[in-house]
Amino acid sequence: MDIDLPTVWAAIIAFAVLAYVVMDGFDLGIGILFPLFPERKDRDVMMNSVAPVWDGNETWLVMGGGGLLAVFPLAYATILPALYAPLTAMLLALVFRGVAFEYRWRSDTGSRRWDLAFFGGSAVATFAQGIALGALVQGISIENRAYAGGWWDWLTPFSVLTGAALLAGYALLGACWLVLKTEGGLRDAARRLARRAGLATLAGMGVVSLWTPFLNAGYLDRWFGWPTIGFSLLVPLLVAGAAFGLWRGLTRGPDWLPFVSALGLFVLGYAGVGISFYPWMVPFALTIHEAAAPDESLAFLLVGSVVLLPMILAYTAYAYWVFRGKLRHGEGYH
Amino acid sequence: MFENFDAILLARMQFAFTVAFHIVFPAFSIGLASYLAVLLGLWLKTGRPVFLRLFDFWKTIFALSFAMGVVSGIVMSYQFGTNWSAFSDKAGPVIGPLMGYEVLTAFFLEAGFLGIMLFGRERVGRGLHFFATLMVAGGTLLSATWILAVNSWMQTPQGFAINEVGQFVPVDWWAVIFNPSFPYRLVHMVLAAYLTTSLVVGAVAAWHKLRGRDWPEVHTMFTMAMGMLVVVAPLQILMGDLHGLNTLEHQPVKVMAMEGHFQSHPDGAPLILFGLPDRAAQTVHWAVEIPKLSSLILKHDLNAPLDGLDTVARELQPPVEIVFWSFRIMVALGFAMLGLGLWALVAALRGRLHDSPWLHRAALVMGPAGFVAVLAGWITTEVGRQPWTIHGQMLTADSASPISAPAVGASLVAFIVVYFAIFAAGAVYILRLMGRLPEVKDKDLTGGPLRSAGITPGPAMEAQDGH
Repeated sequence: MDIDLPTVWAAIIAFAVLAYVVMDGFDLGIGILFPLFPERKDRDVMMNSVAPVWDGNETWLVMGGGGLLAVFPLAYATILPALYAPLTAMLLALVFRGVAFEYRWRSDTGSRRWDLAFFGGSAVATFAQGIALGALVQGISIENRAYAGGWWDWLTPFSVLTGAALLAGYALLGACWLVLKTEGGLRDAARRLARRAGLATLAGMGVVSLWTPFLNAGYLDRWFGWPTIGFSLLVPLLVAGAAFGLWRGLTRGPDWLPFVSALGLFVLGYAGVGISFYPWMVPFALTIHEAAAPDESLAFLLVGSVVLLPMILAYTAYAYWVFRGKLRHGEGYH
Repeated sequence: MFENFDAILLARMQFAFTVAFHIVFPAFSIGLASYLAVLLGLWLKTGRPVFLRLFDFWKTIFALSFAMGVVSGIVMSYQFGTNWSAFSDKAGPVIGPLMGYEVLTAFFLEAGFLGIMLFGRERVGRGLHFFATLMVAGGTLLSATWILAVNSWMQTPQGFAINEVGQFVPVDWWAVIFNPSFPYRLVHMVLAAYLTTSLVVGAVAAWHKLRGRDWPEVHTMFTMAMGMLVVVAPLQILMGDLHGLNTLEHQPVKVMAMEGHFQSHPDGAPLILFGLPDRAAQTVHWAVEIPKLSSLILKHDLNAPLDGLDTVARELQPPVEIVFWSFRIMVALGFAMLGLGLWALVAALRGRLHDSPWLHRAALVMGPAGFVAVLAGWITTEVGRQPWTIHGQMLTADSASPISAPAVGASLVAFIVVYFAIFAAGAVYILRLMGRLPEVKDKDLTGGPLRSAGITPGPAMEAQDGH
């Protein structure tokens, strides 16, 4: 077989992480927006709109993490210790928001507390993921197949910026999801929030994009060298297109357009990160091939993945289809 | 804080704490998912509303327990990398793909169909809803299969080679997965999950019975739980014995620690019932023993020689004190479960299963026994594997991340605080759900159109079912 297994796996892992970002992105975004909706019945609808799917969404995070251990164990073994504090914060935050989905409906007196847990957990998890991305982009130090930095290395102005940008981005996805799934006053409020979150997201993407080339000469070459400069020129145009779709969808409809446009923004931003990284797994420290497990491991898991991933996508799509359409007040699952 | 602590010890405490909390939920949800599938299947087959009411009753509890299992499980999938990066780098090529298959075949399956199982009965129809429930139940079992293949490989590794950078690399996947202890551990754990669930269901029924709630749901629960117990408890004891013999063959040091055998016994080893193992003195104080019984159990021969820990270097001995006691707790609870099952059987044969307050009290007390036994069993097998992470191949001391003690200690404290707060609240909510009445949902009982107009007269429906 002449397949370059590490590259194939890098593509699959990249897909899993993207799937995670956009899918859990909107349900984390719902949590981020939670305190902006003072009416309990609105928050009930918001949570119900993601209750049947959040668990599947979060499974992509396990796929990203578990997959990394399976096919790029050295990357897993160096990135995770480097991001020790933000990842621990993310995991604990996900505990809070995950149980809030169930606990909130089990207690009348405590539901405010679990609303707060849902918001706090979603916001902290998002911020931590953004920080993790920023810390990875700015690079981590590796010696002798192990992380060689300190346990505060991840904290820089750049990583705080990426954390804040991701908060805006997930809030945008969440607000657009609400535009798609709700109606009436709730949808109108979500539209207003989506406009603000959209502006913040675009600003965040812009600043991060301008900053990144100055973090490392490697990024500068990549962005302004041939042939990748073609992409550097094309992306702003595509982003402008997605932003236009977002604006149009939020002002005139249809209700699916903002969500699709926001997804487009995320895919473009993600592709930008991917172009900057390739062929590095950890920028300028560990390539895809250096990090990869032996071919026996990659081939063994690929055989099943080729069959299973399409099946997973099919039944995930089916689950979304079952719960399609607008959700009304009082129409819940709990 | 924590500057004077050993980072590896803190990392071990963190893993032990988070995995001990986590295992409680799968142990319950594996059994409960199967029980839900059985209840739904019985409802579809017989049409008796009692089964649907029980399904709805346990479904909500399952949702809570499953959510707690998911969030504590995500922690586990990252803990290998944060705290055990050297192990992840070295063993990742072998155990990683197995965990990858766990995600692909089990986690997605459970998560994908859970929403439909919990919320979708009216949207997809009965057949597909039953299918979704079966997928969730199957997912929990597949998950157990893969993760136990991983754990068993760490106990009895085979089918691998070591490459030039010191990684374990797969040579024969069949040998890796079907390593010697895997079939025993898998059956032992799945039976344990079924026992745990039966005991919980039995205790919930017993609690309602003791409060005088003589509903058909309670009868059905209690009968099903005790029936399951009387079949599975003896099977589990048999399976535990086989698993022990397998351990004796492949990890004899662990069995020495379980038995408290510091000395070798060339002509028949005693069974130490109780005592205080003392590693420093390499002896068991105040041992109460039955001569030669250990040799009989382990070798099926009174006079068979058995090696003791005196054949093992001190630094390669597991913490005997822990393993010795956790093993005894597990075994004692196993026999208590058998006792409860037999008691229920006798009561049933005499026609007094639903009319024996002391039996119901015993069933209530035994409600948490499955969880305790599962934890004790895992402590036995995991602590008994020490000082190795991969038995005979990689030491725990060589497996940790290059993270300083303050970082590991701080995150350990955070996990302890958050887990106790969150899971204590969850336990309260679950107990509250267990104490409520099974609800009547009229539209599901009529068998007519899914959205029948108005309110179907509740009393008439209840009368049909006998209360």
